Amino acid sequence: MKNKGLTKVDLIFETVDVRKVMQKAFEMTSEEIIQQVLESGLKGRGGAGFPTGLKWKYTAAEKDPDKYIVCNADEGEPGTFKDREILDKVAPKVYAGMAIAGKAMGARKGFIYLRGEYRFLLPQLFVELHKFHKMIAEIGYDFNIEYRMGSGAYICGEESALFESIEGRRGEPRNKPPYPTTSGLFSKPTSINNVETLVTAMMIIEKGPLEYVKLGTKDSRGSKVFSISGDTPIPGIFELELGMTVQQFVNEFGDGDTKAVQVGGASGFCVPRKKFADTIIGFEGVPTGGSMKLFNSSRSMYNVLHNYLEFFTEESCGQCTPCRVGCQQLFKGIEKVKKGEAKSTYLNELVKLADTMKVASKCGLGQSVGNAFKSIVENFREEIIY
Amino acid sequence: MVTLKINEHEVKVAEGTTILSAAKTLGINIPTLCNHPDLCVAGNCRVCVVEQKGARTLVASCATPVSEGMEIQTNSLKVRNARKHIVELLLSEHRADCTKCYKNQNCELQTLANEYSFGEHIFLDLVEDHNYVIDRSSPAFIKDDSKCIRCQRCVRTCAQLQHVSAIAVSHKGSEMKISSFHDRPMSHVVCTNCGQCVNRCPTGALTEKTYIDQVWDAIYDNDKHVVVQTAPAVRVALGEDLGYDPGERVTGKLVTALRQLGFDSVLDTDFTADLTIIEEGTELLTRLKKVLVEGDKTLALPMFTSCSPGWIKFIEHKYPHMLPNLSTCKSPQQMFGALAKTFYAKKRNLDPANVVSVSIMPCTAKKYEADRPEMRSSGYKDIDYVLTTRELAVMIKQAGIDFRTLEEGHYDSVMGVSTGAGVIFGATGGVMEAALRTAYEIVTGRPVPFKNLNIMPVRGMEGVREATIKIEGTMEEWRFLEGVELKVAIAHGLVNANKIAKAVSQGKAQYHFIEIMACPGGCLGGGGQPIPTNADIRQKRMEAIYAEDMHMDLRKSHDNPEVTAIYQEFLEKPNGHKAHELLHTHYTERESY
Ligand SMILES: Cc1cc2nc3c(=O)[nH]c(=O)nc-3n(C[C@H](O)[C@H](O)[C@H](O)COP(=O)(O)O)c2cc1C
Ligand code: SF4
Ligand code: SF4
Ligand code: SF4
Ligand code: SF4
Ligand code: FES
Repeated sequence: MKNKGLTKVDLIFETVDVRKVMQKAFEMTSEEIIQQVLESGLKGRGGAGFPTGLKWKYTAAEKDPDKYIVCNADEGEPGTFKDREILDKVAPKVYAGMAIAGKAMGARKGFIYLRGEYRFLLPQLFVELHKFHKMIAEIGYDFNIEYRMGSGAYICGEESALFESIEGRRGEPRNKPPYPTTSGLFSKPTSINNVETLVTAMMIIEKGPLEYVKLGTKDSRGSKVFSISGDTPIPGIFELELGMTVQQFVNEFGDGDTKAVQVGGASGFCVPRKKFADTIIGFEGVPTGGSMKLFNSSRSMYNVLHNYLEFFTEESCGQCTPCRVGCQQLFKGIEKVKKGEAKSTYLNELVKLADTMKVASKCGLGQSVGNAFKSIVENFREEIIY
Repeated sequence: MVTLKINEHEVKVAEGTTILSAAKTLGINIPTLCNHPDLCVAGNCRVCVVEQKGARTLVASCATPVSEGMEIQTNSLKVRNARKHIVELLLSEHRADCTKCYKNQNCELQTLANEYSFGEHIFLDLVEDHNYVIDRSSPAFIKDDSKCIRCQRCVRTCAQLQHVSAIAVSHKGSEMKISSFHDRPMSHVVCTNCGQCVNRCPTGALTEKTYIDQVWDAIYDNDKHVVVQTAPAVRVALGEDLGYDPGERVTGKLVTALRQLGFDSVLDTDFTADLTIIEEGTELLTRLKKVLVEGDKTLALPMFTSCSPGWIKFIEHKYPHMLPNLSTCKSPQQMFGALAKTFYAKKRNLDPANVVSVSIMPCTAKKYEADRPEMRSSGYKDIDYVLTTRELAVMIKQAGIDFRTLEEGHYDSVMGVSTGAGVIFGATGGVMEAALRTAYEIVTGRPVPFKNLNIMPVRGMEGVREATIKIEGTMEEWRFLEGVELKVAIAHGLVNANKIAKAVSQGKAQYHFIEIMACPGGCLGGGGQPIPTNADIRQKRMEAIYAEDMHMDLRKSHDNPEVTAIYQEFLEKPNGHKAHELLHTHYTERESY
């Protein structure tokens, strides 16, 4: 298997002249902007990995004069803290990404849905936003951004639950279709993008797509900001080119005793040591919204799984059956097996249940609980039972 | 039109149709729980999932519109496995003691459990992990969280149909539940007791508070004289719970069944419906005169009807400043109760202390109404027990009565004679029509100028309706109304009631008289009526009501001979002193939050 190796990149946090980029984008047509983002192959950095150019294109194609661009800064995935860093360090680039998206789609209004715990960043963010608004107005943009605060529920990071929350209702995911690009915030065509996605798109406009596609692989173009935590001597935020294997990653960030890496947080996959070399971090292997958590041999994978399941049992919005009850069953189920109160074969029933949750849950939360569950149970079965 | 394939059968349906409805046109049944035809789509129970070729996940058929070329499997292995899991998951959170449950044999979850989950359960029993609460505080219904499947039908009903939102979803994850405001007892929140949520709950989580045993006890007590009254809407719906199709009129058999159950006297709420028309019609005309001619500022117009106790509680909470606009007339049920222990007891030589008065109602709010402290003008509790249509059906089954073979019975007298005007109280617009039939004739000396007395403009299922009737050729006493265009409005379902109440409150509506019923379709769609309900069933019940009216010898309340007699013998005159004492009431401002 060909892969690209581990290369550190400086794209997201690179200092650029935002005004110049805004000037450049202002002179481009909507089609040109969308075309460049399409050509770059950029996929959403919030987890689901939907091609950003397509999302913009669909939203642009809608006739409604009122459209929105929403920046998802809810960052609730356990072990992810890169969006905070981006907003802290390069907020004007986030704003620029939104204004460019707005220009591409014909949206004049943007909202940033900020995780409640990041409220402390607001004073600085407001100052920068004020300057940004002034600057783009001078160039000639008719675009304006407002902040909305999250209230601490993980599910409010899910796009349609986020819309419900902004609209003042309980954060429960909606049925899809309709998708946000036809009916999103306030039932208007909406493009919702992750913080990092927006900055990346802005950098694609700055550098041109040809420059960008030099990074990464066919399925996973470019680079990505990783939030690295767990048993590592160098935890923190790193921007890396996509396409490396977990092995290469562990060589760089492990403590020499890494037994597993949880790629993509609670809703992602657990990669055991024996699969490190064959697993690519990216859409062709294990996708990630950025969270990388390393576990060394002192860790009980039962405890790891137990934590994740407890998290989902509490953070499910509770509206749909497979997720609300399924999470409780998985959670209580492994406890029973561990205590010897249920047969070890009960795990097989639970794996089937995880499959049902994947196909029958209403939203991405319930659909992805099975990722961690199955990958841990399948690879560390003995740790769960004994 | 969109063409798609369901289980290999091609079907063409209109754009926007759901997979669920498309399947129905092919006669393919997909199980559902959270879906209800009266409510917006929720898509949360997931039992309706089906397989869509090429889709990453199964899709909820109730929530997914069809698309061109779609290929659907409703019964594949994948679908059945998921469905079985979902039913088992619901049961694992559910205290499934069916034999103790009021909804046993009439429960959508139980039906699914029978199909998908007999034998050993796969998953752990989580019931004891939950802190389930049973709230018995409301006099109208019981909320038992251990039976709740979180489908949110109740929440959607209360918000969308009733504009009350007495209940909502609270908490998340495993703790997610249906809560009242701050988890206060249902008796202490804005709930109107309308029971629309009860009528749509697929399980035993919301059920009326039943008084069947108390009624049996009274019947078996030889010292008690038990009178029963039947509301107009009961006779066009009871059949549904006894194996008849919707819309079947079973009035005669209903009377016989009640007699066989052992009630000492089988009487009719329609009688007091007629009486209500005399009282309320007089009140309206008096108000019109005082306000329009004498410039009396203490009386308010428009006048709202007051026979729907759910509506009364609604306005007490939400528009207390408009309480003066309510007619002071009690509902027919309560007029009946007050007379049962006075006029009737005297007439039959009974000690009112030994009279037990029972009413059969399409309504759960009537249970609450009967408990109101104002409703004791006979010196006793005017109505002792209120049973819903559904509870009566249970009693009929308990007694082993073969309903179909019953003879047609006739109501006893006194207080058993009624007119078509009393019958149509059961449908939205009916009180208005009955009132107009009488008021117009009082004022002009002529019947209302509509063919067969059928005032079509006030009928129908439109949520809010308006009509104008020009009064011409008035009699001497009513000259001030000559040429007046009487403006009336009708609303049913509290969401529609709210529209009118708001408009009136803001001074944006100029009406004289407004009929409001808390429930969709009026009493025929009441919270105590047979389950299920939907627009089609309500339509059939409505047609039955109007058919019943057409078959009555008397069609106008003021033609009811028992009504004439009761004024002569007992009440003296409409809105007179005695009438006020027994037949009128007052209202209480309540907090809203
Ligand atoms: C339970 C759940 C939580 C999510 N939380 C976030 C989040 O915190 N931030 C984020 O950008 N996307 C989150 N997403 C993904 C969003 O729904 C959405 O796909 C994303 O914001 C789209 O942006 P992108 O295309 O730029 O990735 C979450 C999804 C789910 C199902
Ligand atoms: S999958 Fe979970 S989080 Fe998503 S709608 Fe269902 S219960 Fe809510
Ligand atoms: S709600 Fe239904 S399933 Fe539950 S106990 Fe009652 S009848 Fe049985
Ligand atoms: S009885 Fe009526 S008002 Fe009360 S909760 Fe149910 S629907 Fe709402
Ligand atoms: S109370 Fe009934 S209608 Fe309401 S969520 Fe529970 S089961 Fe559904
Ligand atoms: S009936 Fe479709 S999800 Fe409940």
